[in-house]
Amino acid sequence: MCLGIPMKVEKVMGEFAIVSLGKVKRKVNISFIENVKKGDYLIIHVGFAIEKLNKKEAEETIKIIKQIK
Amino acid sequence: MKYIQEYRKPEIQKRIIEEIQKYGFKLRKKINIMEVCGTHTMAIGKYGIRKVMPENINLISGPGCPVCVTPSNYMDKAIELSKIKDVILTTFGDMMKVPGSYSSLERERSKGSKIFVVYSPFDALQIAEKNKSKKIIFLSVGFETTTPSIAQTLKIAKAKKIENFFILCGNKIMPPTMEFLLKEKDTEIDGFICPGHVSTVIGTEPYKKIVEKYNIPCVISGFEPVDILYTIYLILKCIIEGKAEVINEYKRTVREKGNPKAREVINEVFDLCDTEWRGIGLIENSGFKLKEEFSQFDAERKFKINITYSKEKTGCICGEILKGKKKPFDCPLFEKVCNPENPLGPCMVSSEGTCAAYYKYEKR
Repeated sequence: MCLGIPMKVEKVMGEFAIVSLGKVKRKVNISFIENVKKGDYLIIHVGFAIEKLNKKEAEETIKIIKQIK
Repeated sequence: MKYIQEYRKPEIQKRIIEEIQKYGFKLRKKINIMEVCGTHTMAIGKYGIRKVMPENINLISGPGCPVCVTPSNYMDKAIELSKIKDVILTTFGDMMKVPGSYSSLERERSKGSKIFVVYSPFDALQIAEKNKSKKIIFLSVGFETTTPSIAQTLKIAKAKKIENFFILCGNKIMPPTMEFLLKEKDTEIDGFICPGHVSTVIGTEPYKKIVEKYNIPCVISGFEPVDILYTIYLILKCIIEGKAEVINEYKRTVREKGNPKAREVINEVFDLCDTEWRGIGLIENSGFKLKEEFSQFDAERKFKINITYSKEKTGCICGEILKGKKKPFDCPLFEKVCNPENPLGPCMVSSEGTCAAYYKYEKR
């Protein structure tokens, strides 16, 4: 039940934002996240954003994983 | 999306599996690794991760699905509430088939009770705003991932002075239960795959206590196959090197301090309390209750339902499965009597339950 889907921010409207994944668009509550901007990826759970996806960390982790020996 | 595709690449998975195989050989003894998130349970089955483990690396599922651990007593209360005149019950879809002592919400709906499935607690609040003559009750279940959204919805309801919206509170938190399992007799856990989205809210701190006290590795994991494989690799690496630490594999989403804003909202609305986990029992400070300032939204207080006796299904071993002591294949009811078409126990009812995952993905 703790499923969180990364969705892209299309438009910010105060405490809410329009986010999309493919052709799916949804209005979600973003009150737990600071400085949400168009183009950010948010982790969406039951209609609320619970965190912002950190692109730099995503790249860094996969780089570390590729180096395991 | 680039950030998902990278974490699904077969060549990276293959490389980690080779390393896990080497570690399995080096360790020789049996190692039990428990995941405590239903989404991990499903991902492990879906991506066939159990099948590529060395024989001595045993992946066990804990009480990671909030629907599975919701006790019969809670369902009995929900059913009683649904029978009250002018009440519309709203719930996440997974709760519809969960058995109470004598019935389920699905059965009550077929008899005429007004029960609506919603995607978000906020949707339930909107139903309340549009139906002022009705009383809307939301079945409030979920772990730390879900609780902030419910708390925020109640804050909005209070600010808008909405008087026909209520919740039946059954929210739970994960770390005390991980500790409870470690204290159980016959449960051998050598490492935890920690829940990714619960950790988004709580951060890494609550696991440090577990690591220090029980000397086992706790690795916070994402949900893609590379995430889970790499998490298992890190747990085995810790065991081999004799280290116990908290490692955050899911840094792209989980911050060290979690999400303080989300936790602040939880603390504004809820207090911790002891609560019952289906099949496990009462666990100290593992649940939430509404604070006095928000008690106007408490459905139990408003409607004064009286459930004196609740019972669990007999013959079902969901309790032992939720503690990681047994696997679904050990249950005499599994597949033959209890299956997704006719679920008897909560682990089969929920789409993220251990039995549902085994039925769909695992072979004997």
